[in-house]
Amino acid sequence: MSKNLVVQAPPHIHSQESTRRLMLLVLISLLPALVAATCLFGLRALLLSACCIVFCVGFEYLACRMWKRPNSIGDLSAAVTGLLLALNLPVTLPIPMAAIGCFFAIVIVKQLFGGIGQNFVNPALAARVMLLVSFAQPMTHWVLPGQPASPDAVTSATPLGMLALEGSGELPSYWQLFIGMHGGSLGETCIAALLIGGVFLLLTKVIRPVIPLTYLGAVAVFCFLLGEDPLYHLMSGGVVLGAFFMATDYSTCPITDKGKFIYALGCAVITVVIRCFGSYPEGVSFSILLMNLCTPLIDRLCVTRPFGSHLEKKKEEVA
Amino acid sequence: MQQFTRRLHGIQVSHHKETANIPIIRMPVPEQVTIPMIQQIGAECQPLVKKGDHVLLGQCIGDCEHKLSAPIHASVSGTVTDIRDFVTVQNVTTKAIVIQADGKQEVAPTVQPPQVDSYESFIDAVRRSGLVGLGGAGFPSYAKLMPRQKGSIHTLVVNAAECEPYITADNRAMLEYADFLFYAIETVMQYLELKQTIIGIERNKAEAIARLKQRQTDRIKVQTLPTRYPQGGEKVMIYGLTGKVVQEGMLPADLGILVMNVSSLAFLGMYLKTGMPLVIKWMTVAGSAILIPKNVLVPLGVSYHDVIEFCGGYASEPGEIFMGGPMMGIDVFDDSFPVLKNNNAIIALAKDDVYMPKESPCINCGRCIRACPLDLMPCMFDRAVQRGDVAALRSLKVNLCMECGCCAYVCPADRYLVLANRLGKKLLREADNNEKGGK
Repeated sequence: MSKNLVVQAPPHIHSQESTRRLMLLVLISLLPALVAATCLFGLRALLLSACCIVFCVGFEYLACRMWKRPNSIGDLSAAVTGLLLALNLPVTLPIPMAAIGCFFAIVIVKQLFGGIGQNFVNPALAARVMLLVSFAQPMTHWVLPGQPASPDAVTSATPLGMLALEGSGELPSYWQLFIGMHGGSLGETCIAALLIGGVFLLLTKVIRPVIPLTYLGAVAVFCFLLGEDPLYHLMSGGVVLGAFFMATDYSTCPITDKGKFIYALGCAVITVVIRCFGSYPEGVSFSILLMNLCTPLIDRLCVTRPFGSHLEKKKEEVA
Repeated sequence: MQQFTRRLHGIQVSHHKETANIPIIRMPVPEQVTIPMIQQIGAECQPLVKKGDHVLLGQCIGDCEHKLSAPIHASVSGTVTDIRDFVTVQNVTTKAIVIQADGKQEVAPTVQPPQVDSYESFIDAVRRSGLVGLGGAGFPSYAKLMPRQKGSIHTLVVNAAECEPYITADNRAMLEYADFLFYAIETVMQYLELKQTIIGIERNKAEAIARLKQRQTDRIKVQTLPTRYPQGGEKVMIYGLTGKVVQEGMLPADLGILVMNVSSLAFLGMYLKTGMPLVIKWMTVAGSAILIPKNVLVPLGVSYHDVIEFCGGYASEPGEIFMGGPMMGIDVFDDSFPVLKNNNAIIALAKDDVYMPKESPCINCGRCIRACPLDLMPCMFDRAVQRGDVAALRSLKVNLCMECGCCAYVCPADRYLVLANRLGKKLLREADNNEKGGK
């Protein structure tokens, strides 16, 4: 007679998917953007990213200790938050300010609300916006690629800033936008690298295509309708970064495809409205944060229709 | 009225159907069998023999008067050495008859091909055969063949999907017992006055499909289905074959459809020809801990240990043994457990291959929703169960869940979603009972 058999509920087999593996894939997908940022803005980009990751993982560890939760740094979600936050910062940002951002993202936004899966807004984006309103000057200190990344470096407006304030500089060409040769935060400038990462995420099925396609498509359409150049708007600012990496955060986007579509559409509307009518040149972060807040509502509206439920029967009878 | 308005989800699982080409081998008579008195959905049987009695092969040793039950027969000839308490995997205590085999396999005189000449005699014969659904649920077959309104059934759906990994017993039955299968189908069609039969098979069973297609007629058709778990789920299968939706609270019979497992029918054909009741079972023995995986014909009540010994014993120390496939199979506590009527496989996994999920927080990825064949929202059930929110469970239709396990299979956070679904259904049932009690 064999003893010590495991007795558990079915299923007894399981897919290879795990939270850790998904987060690892996200980290890998962000590598092209990180490499591009390092090439464009110098080694300080790498230093800032490394600091953010270390701070985020460190705060996650401390928060878990403090609230006596199981140590969750192994799922790599804190590392993802750290890297995403870094990619949203200007290269010249002082490290202590970045540390404050990391604290806000991990402790306030994520752990205070219950840890992974419970945060109501994207931690990295919330931290970026918090830093933006708290340290407006350092957070909008954009240097051109190739220049020394010191706080005294000559600043340059982002392409969107130039669009908003006409005549403030020569607009970069489409090609320059595509490869990232313009001012902006670490990870948002090089569209080519972001697209590689985004396609990687789609191919590995980490994210669904609904949000990026809807978001990018809708931004283009709305810009076109308002008489702006759609391609220019897509390739400048954080739209691509937001569409693939920020708006698709599992915890803060709706769970069904229908909900995701509504959510991405909302993101696009708010982005374009802020860009074209607001006082900020850029609106991606705000739009995603605002739609994050709407996610529970969208989820309530977009429940699936179970197969063979009475609801369906009624519809058939009508038909 | 074919309306395929939606494509049902499901998952792709690795098949592990290594035994698909291995013919069924009869196992020698074991020394001892243990036959529990609960082997089906429905009422518990009462032992009809006493300790010390001599029993013959095929002799009825357990039965009850309840309308939803099936008699139980001796699978060996020999002496009843004990009638002891037995705990089923559902944690119900019942009696079990232990028979010491004499090895002679003397057949009881009652074992005679049944005289079937009318609907009533057919149903009576099916009941006396002790047949229950061999696909897994174990619903007494004669009850299935008695629709609420006679004549309301027009289609027999033969469930030959066999979508669970590892199991190939149905596949072998189709190849080896095709004569019995078609005889049973024709008999069922004759006495229930059915118009047509559809045999639904997953496309990965090419040989069985080819064989059965040779014999299909105007009224008996073979239809292939995509190889996707859980294709063999009753609702999924009916939708895939006919496009009809079994609505909440309905039975397939309400759509005029009777669904029967292919092995059940093959056995029925065998019984009608020979009169031998359900005392043997063909099943797949597989898994990484089994030395020589096989399809075997075993007497009911033989212990898993004996069956596994017949398959060369353990290749390595087993970590988990379950009856049925890995998606819905039920774990047994040890390998002295006996083979039951509705057992279609014994899968033993080596210690290293046992997957022990460690729950972590839900990350809201929605994979469970996209995997659910019935478009339910398992992650929401999970949360509602944690909150004890019966209203949410009701509106999310947790009662429709068939516990196929797709959600838990895909969950990256390893949530125990099947358990949550079960718990959700239980909460809902309790709340409904309380309501009824209050009124």
